[in-house]
Amino acid sequence: MEKEKLEKEYEQYVKEKTPVHNVYMNMLKAFITGGAICVIGQFILNYCKGKGIAEDISASWTSLSLVFLSVLLTGLNVYYKIAKWGGAGALVPITGFANSVASPAIEYKKEGQVFGIGCKIFTIAGPVILYGIMTSWTLGVIYYFLIKAGVTL
Amino acid sequence: MDYVNAFWVGGIICALAQILLDRTKLMPGRVMVLLVCGGAVLGFLNLYEPFQEFAGAGASVPLLGFGNVLWKGVKEAVQAEGFIGTFMGGFKAAAVGTSAALIFGYIASWIFEPKMKK
Repeated sequence: MEKEKLEKEYEQYVKEKTPVHNVYMNMLKAFITGGAICVIGQFILNYCKGKGIAEDISASWTSLSLVFLSVLLTGLNVYYKIAKWGGAGALVPITGFANSVASPAIEYKKEGQVFGIGCKIFTIAGPVILYGIMTSWTLGVIYYFLIKAGVTL
Repeated sequence: MDYVNAFWVGGIICALAQILLDRTKLMPGRVMVLLVCGGAVLGFLNLYEPFQEFAGAGASVPLLGFGNVLWKGVKEAVQAEGFIGTFMGGFKAAAVGTSAALIFGYIASWIFEPKMKK
């Protein structure tokens, strides 16, 4: 009896303390933040193309610049604030990936070069690279056999 | 016009990912993995390329675009080298993004100090 009462009280307590997300507000913030990062990307892309650089190299320069900016802002503790406000808007672009690499590298440097930085730098990047490579490899094998079978995509 | 399209398309992808974050128990890392894998599949189905032509950086900057680039690398390598290409293209295509993140991230660990948790 006593235990049940306690459990109920605890449930009530958890309900009170769990922050209620305003999904629509968060979506709007994510929309603005993510959109703004993509606009910066578009600006760099247009700038490179304007210089006569090939399309795919321009895209590489865009990634490189965004990653650099993101790492810099991560180090200056600014990206954390953008992510706190923008939520998925700061997570989904490639800048979120760069942040997930730089942030643990800085945070765990005290634990050493190998087991601190070396391991922790892959906390998020590891899964992303692993499953990205696995997925594209699997699709590549399917593609290979489709070509062998005479199917053209 | 390309700025407008980049803004709203990139924004919508992020807003949809926000639903995943808020309404499911998916953690940020899982959302990123999902986006990269999803991008590769969309690329495989020939859906991402036309989409990217319309949205520009709005499609290439989100991690979906990273997945699409991975797939494109594998596809081109298979076309050029055959089966061994399935093992070659992915890392080559992802090289700039991942190398830049690792190299800049590592250098950042020299320069910046850990932040104290408040």
